[in-house]
Amino acid sequence: MVKGRQGERVRSKSNQYPNTSLVQIEGVNTKEEIAWYAGKRMAYIYKAKVKKNGSYYRCVWGKVTRPHGNSGVVRAKFKTNLPPNLWEIESESSCTPAISKLWWTGAE
Amino acid sequence: MAAKRKTPVKTRNPDLIRGVGKYSRSKMYHKRGLWAIKAKNGGVFPRHDPKPKAPAAADKPPKFYPAEDVKKPLLNKRKPKPTKLRASITPGTVLILLAGRFMGKRVVFLKQLTSGLLLVTGPFKINGVPLRRVNQSYVIATSTKVDISGVNVEKFDEKYFAKEVQKKKKKSEGEFFEAEKEDKKKLPEGKKEDQKAVDATLIKSIEGVPELKAYLAARFSLKSGMKPHELVF
Repeated sequence: MVKGRQGERVRSKSNQYPNTSLVQIEGVNTKEEIAWYAGKRMAYIYKAKVKKNGSYYRCVWGKVTRPHGNSGVVRAKFKTNLPPNLWEIESESSCTPAISKLWWTGAE
Repeated sequence: MAAKRKTPVKTRNPDLIRGVGKYSRSKMYHKRGLWAIKAKNGGVFPRHDPKPKAPAAADKPPKFYPAEDVKKPLLNKRKPKPTKLRASITPGTVLILLAGRFMGKRVVFLKQLTSGLLLVTGPFKINGVPLRRVNQSYVIATSTKVDISGVNVEKFDEKYFAKEVQKKKKKSEGEFFEAEKEDKKKLPEGKKEDQKAVDATLIKSIEGVPELKAYLAARFSLKSGMKPHELVF
């Protein structure tokens, strides 16, 4: 699993498009390197207080769809839209950081 | 009607453009051999008298008409093909399993089954992976190959891996309250024997290659700083 950090949503100056999120994958810095990751599945994993299905971890699955810009940021679509406040969560030291992990199954 | 041909005839009159054939009427007459048929039949085109029709069975009105017209589902004659095998996966390739119980294990590919799944083995002695089916998507193919020419994989097919149908036992009152005596599912001896047979030749060829055994025994994992898009498998 490769880790990535959640960025913002795809947006123009005053409009956001919540169905696509931007993800910065660790170690990937150019548009060309993204080719390997296209189509790979991602999971946004987070903790919750209540146990569900035997675990405190929950996850939202998604896929890398295409590169975004020239510097290795990636667009991803998740099964349900990711919450927009992930940047906030990361900055708070007490909460678990919003991690999205890349699974390289499916469409290898 | 003339008997149907087994292979359809390619048109004798190819289109130059749509609507315009290459050969003229008279040329086609000659090509179709109508002159030969006529000659065989004494200068006249053979004519068959219509066969006497079999007496039509008396149509009985159906007993039951559905209240609304029921639509018939369209015929589906599609036959799914087994998934196309990636060019990098050939018999004997070492694969890395990406998901499931044996995630990260390096495993030897034997053959592709009719369902499209890949038949794979540890070998069991080396890394604990038995003869198993795996989906191609959940696998990374490495460039390492093992020689499996000595292995006989003919007998393994989908039925071999099918779940055993358990007969439902009717419980009587007394038995109901007894703790369920479930026999632990044991691997039938036959399957163990098959595993040993396949692995015996495999292990010999693996031991022939230096360090391959330790390689197969180790699990694959991403370490810090490893970038998957830069890895060469």
